[in-house]
Amino acid sequence: MTVDAAAPAQTSNRPSFVVCEGNEAAAIGVGLARPDVVAVYPITPQSSLVEHLSQMIADGRLKASLMNVEGEHAVLCGLQGVALAGGRTFTATCGPGVAFMFEPYVRTPGLRLPMVAALVTRDLLSPQCVWGGQQDAMVVREAGWIQMYCETVQEILDTTVMAYKIAEHRDVMLPVNVCHDGNYLSFGVTRVELPEQTAVDEFLGPPSINWHIALDPLRPMGVDPLTGGSGGAGPRNFVRYRKGQCHGMQNALRVIREVHAAWGERFGRYHAPLVEEYRLDDADYALVTIGSMTGAAKDAVDVAREGGEAVGLIKVKTFRPFPVEAMTAALAKVDRIGVVDRSVSFGWNCGPVYQETLGALYHTGKPIAATSFIGGLAGADITVEHFARAIALTREAQFGRSPREPLWLNEND
Amino acid sequence: MQRQSRDHFDASTIPDDLAPIATTLSTMLPGDWRSMRPVIDRLKCVKCGLCWLFCPVQCVVEKPRWFDFDLAVCKGCGVCAQECPHRAISMIEELGR
Repeated sequence: MTVDAAAPAQTSNRPSFVVCEGNEAAAIGVGLARPDVVAVYPITPQSSLVEHLSQMIADGRLKASLMNVEGEHAVLCGLQGVALAGGRTFTATCGPGVAFMFEPYVRTPGLRLPMVAALVTRDLLSPQCVWGGQQDAMVVREAGWIQMYCETVQEILDTTVMAYKIAEHRDVMLPVNVCHDGNYLSFGVTRVELPEQTAVDEFLGPPSINWHIALDPLRPMGVDPLTGGSGGAGPRNFVRYRKGQCHGMQNALRVIREVHAAWGERFGRYHAPLVEEYRLDDADYALVTIGSMTGAAKDAVDVAREGGEAVGLIKVKTFRPFPVEAMTAALAKVDRIGVVDRSVSFGWNCGPVYQETLGALYHTGKPIAATSFIGGLAGADITVEHFARAIALTREAQFGRSPREPLWLNEND
Repeated sequence: MQRQSRDHFDASTIPDDLAPIATTLSTMLPGDWRSMRPVIDRLKCVKCGLCWLFCPVQCVVEKPRWFDFDLAVCKGCGVCAQECPHRAISMIEELGR
């Protein structure tokens, strides 16, 4: 479907591409998915996403109801009602907004409501900050939502549409967070290819949201009753639902791959669904990255390659569910890694992606040197030079002699 | 007027490990939770009805000369014993199941 800008053959007046920021790309993706109700409370750096969506609805370009609510908690409570009534929904938030949304947020996966929400990732308070960082998304990584991290503005648009197909798959039925880096992707402006509406309609199919749990006078039921106390069938009921939720997450690993493949076939853009391997097959060591930092990291890998270094890169796109098999296969190809995080695991004194990569390393059966780098907090830039330093330090690392301390890339900036 | 409901749909047609739903009335009564039970002194009860009025789970049942309690429903909160103006209700510990 990728249409060359010079090609005149257009079936509609709609341009085949636009130049826009990441938040607008997300809004365009939402528009293509045709949600019934949108409720978004503005918060930096997500605010322009709300503005784009509001404008689309006001102009009649998106036939959806815009629900004006008083805060993020009400956003998600309201949208749960919409989903239970069978509607396709969208919201977006970040940072303190996620914190305020937390109570209905943790309930959404358990209700198996296939909602889609953008997380325009932002570092958490305090110290006071309104800039990008992935701490908000990492804090909620055990809430039960699927998390996919985008690398480019184009990937935001494509992933937002794909997210609906993944969430609404009968074997998944879980909410999806499409995560894109605040500032760097939210306000980064670039050329973006636009898929045709009819093609997206065919790709997604009609929504089927509330076939399993509903607020519907024609199908009267109690929604989410108590599963019972410890005296009767309560414990086994609860375990059955929890296990079902875990199975849904594991099914998502397969469905995410299938949907990305189908998207590539249909629209000509193939994004790595779970883990991307970059120049890895003949690499001795590798960086592990997540999100928009990957662009600069790939440039740094290219520069090092020109200098004769056998370095590659592993990018995590899907972080929840964690792609254990794909990650294990990638890690097995190298004998040293350096993991770069844009957030902090306070419990382990390292980055969260580093911590989870160590978990995947267990499955390779091969202990290797692993170094934790933390950079890009509160909007800081991780430059090619920072990555060059991370590459040099990763090359020198030896197993068993890694410091139990992360290396803070922006410490002296 | 448009019909607002129909027969319950067949819940067995959807997987039973998704989200909890209820299509039949739960028989789970609060009597299971009780650690204390109310006992009425029939000679002191004047059937003023205050216990009936205060009972949060509506377990007070009327007898010819006194009020008594449906122990399948009573959760043992003791509000009736607290409110009875004739001290006709006492709470005793539940022993065994």
